[in-house]
Amino acid sequence: MTDGGTAPGGGGDRHGLRSGPGRLLVTLYAVFTVGAASRSLYQLSTRFDEAPLAYLLSAGAALVYALITVVLVRGGERARRLGVAACAVELAGVLVVGTWTVVDPSAFPDSTVWSTYGMGYLFLPLVLPVVGLFWLRRGGDRPPAAHR
Amino acid sequence: MLTPLTIAVAAAAVLLGVWCAVAALRNQSAKDWHYAAMAVVTLLTVVQLVVGVVMLAGGDRPAGDSTAVFVSYLVSVTACVPVVGMVALGERSRWGPATVAAGAFLLAILELRLHDVWGGGVG
Repeated sequence: MTDGGTAPGGGGDRHGLRSGPGRLLVTLYAVFTVGAASRSLYQLSTRFDEAPLAYLLSAGAALVYALITVVLVRGGERARRLGVAACAVELAGVLVVGTWTVVDPSAFPDSTVWSTYGMGYLFLPLVLPVVGLFWLRRGGDRPPAAHR
Repeated sequence: MLTPLTIAVAAAAVLLGVWCAVAALRNQSAKDWHYAAMAVVTLLTVVQLVVGVVMLAGGDRPAGDSTAVFVSYLVSVTACVPVVGMVALGERSRWGPATVAAGAFLLAILELRLHDVWGGGVG
């Protein structure tokens, strides 16, 4: 966003998190940020009393997605470490909430992005943090020289 | 609202998605023709936005109390392809068209949701 998106020749390290496969990952995280945020804003403002736990969880998920999106766009070592932690939180969230909704559906009168491991969203909420962790641990798309 | 238009946009989005996915699988970057196709799909969504706004202005309302949801879907639908197009612009690898394909399939899903919201599906 800041420099037109192209990583200059030597800057592969700084912007590596968002180039190559990172483009797709950033896009998906941005989509989930917008989706979870608008959904929770709408639900929290119109019918908070119906399912407060579910709606607050959606809001929490939106914050995690937003954080990871920013991390991927900014790049750099500190962002990368923060991203690993956020992806771990996200993965734990999907697993805990997913299991919870399977075991005790009555706790969630309305669904969240993480219900049944994100089944309503093609299981992408489960796939994203795993891919994100691999991507961040690898350090993103290295400049071509590093491959040889 | 206007089911034929919704189907047309969804079908165009799926075609765009498949085309870009094929380019990605063949390890090609996004070409001018892909951007032309994105422009066509975007144009269709703009038409849909205008139709939606005109219908709302004319007093038509989506079923239930879901006007806000409907409008937010309408805006998302219009913004979808231009945004992924911009994200893909600087990317000269297969991941450019892969990103566009993801956005195009998302658009198709959003069209289904838009149709549900207008017809009374739960927001």
